Amino acid sequence: MNFLLANLLSEPVGVAHYMVVGAVLFTCGIVCMATKRNALGVLMGVELVLNGANINLIAMGSPYLQGENATLGLDGQLMALFVIVLAAAEAAVLLAITLNFYNSAGSVDIDQADQLRG
Amino acid sequence: MDRDVANSLNFLLDKLTGLLGRSVPEDHVAGHLIAAFLYVGLLLHLVAVSALVFIWMERKIAGRIQDRLGPTRVGGKFGWLQTLADGLKLLTKEDLTPTGADLFLFRIAPYVGFCASLGAFIAIPFAGQDFPFVAQHLNVGVFFVLAVMGIEVFSVILAGYASASKWSLFGAMREAAQVVSYEVPLGLCVVVPVMLAGSMDLVHLGDKQQGWFTNWYLLHDPFTFVIFWVYFTCATASVNRAPFDLAEAESELVAGFHTEYSGLRWSFFFMAEYGSMLAVSLLGAILFLGGWHGPVPVASLLGLAWENGPVWGYLGNLLGMVNLLAKAVLLVTVMIWVRWTLPRLRIDQVLTTCLKYCTPIAAAMFLGAATWHMAMPDRVFAGLLQAPEANRLLAEPSATPRLQKGGNL
Amino acid sequence: MHWPSFFFLLFGGFACLFAVAVVLASNIVRMAFYLVLSLAATSGLFFLAGADFVGAMQLMIYVGGTMVLLVFGVMLTSQSPFVSMRTSSGQMLTALVLGGTLLFVLSFTAFHVPAWQPTHRPAVDPNTPLLTATPIGMALEGYRVDQLDQPDPRIRQGMSGYLFPFIIISVHLLVVLVGAAYLARAKRRST
Repeated sequence: MNFLLANLLSEPVGVAHYMVVGAVLFTCGIVCMATKRNALGVLMGVELVLNGANINLIAMGSPYLQGENATLGLDGQLMALFVIVLAAAEAAVLLAITLNFYNSAGSVDIDQADQLRG
Repeated sequence: MDRDVANSLNFLLDKLTGLLGRSVPEDHVAGHLIAAFLYVGLLLHLVAVSALVFIWMERKIAGRIQDRLGPTRVGGKFGWLQTLADGLKLLTKEDLTPTGADLFLFRIAPYVGFCASLGAFIAIPFAGQDFPFVAQHLNVGVFFVLAVMGIEVFSVILAGYASASKWSLFGAMREAAQVVSYEVPLGLCVVVPVMLAGSMDLVHLGDKQQGWFTNWYLLHDPFTFVIFWVYFTCATASVNRAPFDLAEAESELVAGFHTEYSGLRWSFFFMAEYGSMLAVSLLGAILFLGGWHGPVPVASLLGLAWENGPVWGYLGNLLGMVNLLAKAVLLVTVMIWVRWTLPRLRIDQVLTTCLKYCTPIAAAMFLGAATWHMAMPDRVFAGLLQAPEANRLLAEPSATPRLQKGGNL
Repeated sequence: MHWPSFFFLLFGGFACLFAVAVVLASNIVRMAFYLVLSLAATSGLFFLAGADFVGAMQLMIYVGGTMVLLVFGVMLTSQSPFVSMRTSSGQMLTALVLGGTLLFVLSFTAFHVPAWQPTHRPAVDPNTPLLTATPIGMALEGYRVDQLDQPDPRIRQGMSGYLFPFIIISVHLLVVLVGAAYLARAKRRST
């Protein structure tokens, strides 16, 4: 792996570096989704995952990072925009579900949401 | 732009160190750092000093409106230094933290608000033309300013939550509901000048209104005239000024979200509030009141333009900056006047104003302005005058070659 | 010093640091606070990559809208202040091991695709300002200004932009708005 911090300050970064940041965010989001018991914590995990994906899309579309014909171009930015907008919609729905769940169960602990268990 | 500034600083440093037999290359770190500190320092001073002045103004105007004198002692007859004395008093006050508070969030909340308020100034230009006075020239300037100012609500929410006090929590909840709703009509209002200019670049938006006051977007057509007042209402609400200051309603919530704060931390909330008042006023002045282009184009009548030489251009920019700041201070004064005139609304009235009045009016005015602009694209001043040649031909910077060239954007 | 790299390290470092903090924090409001910082740093990365419009959008929608909504939800649902739900350390350990493996695989892949490596001849010099809002706006209206010189006429026909997705998203948002309002409505208890 040619991942050296020393020459990172003097060399230009590439898509790969952005992707590592995206991967860290993605992984943190996955771990967050898996370990948090608070429903809103799970939602925050989802947001992190979506942001990790967004970083990749933006990096792939950035003309600063890639050569003349390799970039995803405007498509990357547009997809990222759609992701952001859909994430807002998803947050609103999940919040409504959480409020409803809280009204019926008196808690936001998702381990208690097992009333449908057979 | 600041790359040029950094490189001229490096050039100066090179000349200076040349006396010691050393040299500073172009793009050296030193120039960039000095340029960055210069910009941030100037903006920080603008926010802090304007807060001092506005608080003094607020007390003076409130006094006059209530048939009092306001501050009269500190610093002479008019109490000029009253705010400074207040600041000194706040510095010496004990910094209290409630027992049940979440200490980390409680401590950091005021600074979040102040940073958001200051961050908005990064993209606000103070003069335009060829070499604009702006810390970072963004092509989505309008949007950036609105976005960064939207973060400020987070500090109020954090403060309200972390204080572990019912009053604070109520204040924070009201704030969250209010600010999130008012972002909708505010965005709709801002879109109208953006549509007329065809750009979100604040420098370009200001320069599109150059010349006499007839070119201002405020007077472009009846719809923009109405939408300016909608913008002003929503801006007042989004910076939590009375009559929309539900988050700190003294009569019901003690002091709302900052009930538990004292001393310097508390004063940071106020710096943030006055900073964002100035920011929305500057934004309104640039979008609707011609920005740095006055009612009378003094700078261009005197020939203060960059093509006549850098000194004249710089003087023209300075004049434009004074002009813009004067307009912004005027708008802030109106906000203060409104605060001491109107009673505070109830929370349901606040949301009604937003959702039942401001949003539909803004949407209808947006439609009207779009239709007007389509029917009479080159007319200004309610369609009575032909738009000047210079304004029509003004193109968005870096737009034309790139759009024509196509290729990767 | 190469400034884009320096700022990449700064923003990327902050984004990763606060993302990890979100995982490790147990108080939900602190999690939200760290998440805001992480998302703000991410928007810094967007600005750095030349996507100004998306960066501002991220700040506005995520940080100013979604997160406020989230904290609002926290306040509406928490029983006692500063409630924290702990995860058992066994579960946490499993998650960390799996997450670490995933992270390793992803970064390993990122550094072994030749097209993604740093290029010394980027398409646009990093000092040129890009115009981001206009092309996006036009693409959403069905006009791709960046694909005007597409040589293949068949592909050029398909370059009608994002008008259709844009309409779908708008309708979707409206449906979500109505649905969320319906779900969250305070129900009258029938006695």
